[in-house]
Amino acid sequence: MDVIERIKNTLSEHPIVLYMKGTPDFPMCGFSMRTSQALNATGAEYFSVNVLEDPEIRANLPRYSNWPTFPQLYINGELIGGCDITLELYESGELQRMVAEAAKQATAQ
Amino acid sequence: MRSIFHELADTGGLRLNAPMTETIRARLQQTFAPTALDVIDEGHLHIGHAGEGSGHFRVRITSVAFAGKTRVQQHRLVYGALGDLMGHGIHALAIEVGLPGTRSTKNSLV
Repeated sequence: MDVIERIKNTLSEHPIVLYMKGTPDFPMCGFSMRTSQALNATGAEYFSVNVLEDPEIRANLPRYSNWPTFPQLYINGELIGGCDITLELYESGELQRMVAEAAKQATAQ
Repeated sequence: MRSIFHELADTGGLRLNAPMTETIRARLQQTFAPTALDVIDEGHLHIGHAGEGSGHFRVRITSVAFAGKTRVQQHRLVYGALGDLMGHGIHALAIEVGLPGTRSTKNSLV
């Protein structure tokens, strides 16, 4: 399957997706670690992709999303941001609202 | 800490980044005509990070160019202005965007 197709499939199959370096349990980069910690703190279930184990995604997602760095957080297929934006949203309480809304939509479907 | 800094300075680790902050500054200056601009080398915060301590920067920028944009759009504009530097000299970039007359957004990179 084409890598862009794989990205699109992942994003349509999972309401919340985090592309990161490492995994939530074993993050390999401080930015990915802080972003997954913020998500964990919301209690949200999310799908994570370890880009260090998928060089094709690592090379192509930045072009697809027009965003050069990792982590990248997506909710309902839309890029929410990287570490800075995610932490900002978490601190303002907005992230909690967004993931709750995404979870609600997912169960309603 | 002091000895670590000396070691890095000896290998050129810190010195190499001095012009990079200037390159970043020049590009952002040219693109956004900011009313406030800080470019900070944060490589020292990431020593031991898989040998990638260098290349970590923080940008604090205030410009009307960011008015009416979402946070993702604002960051994309900054990445766009830095172009090929992303991944070539810049390994990671923390971005704080402000609009003239308002407080810049706060990020907790501590």
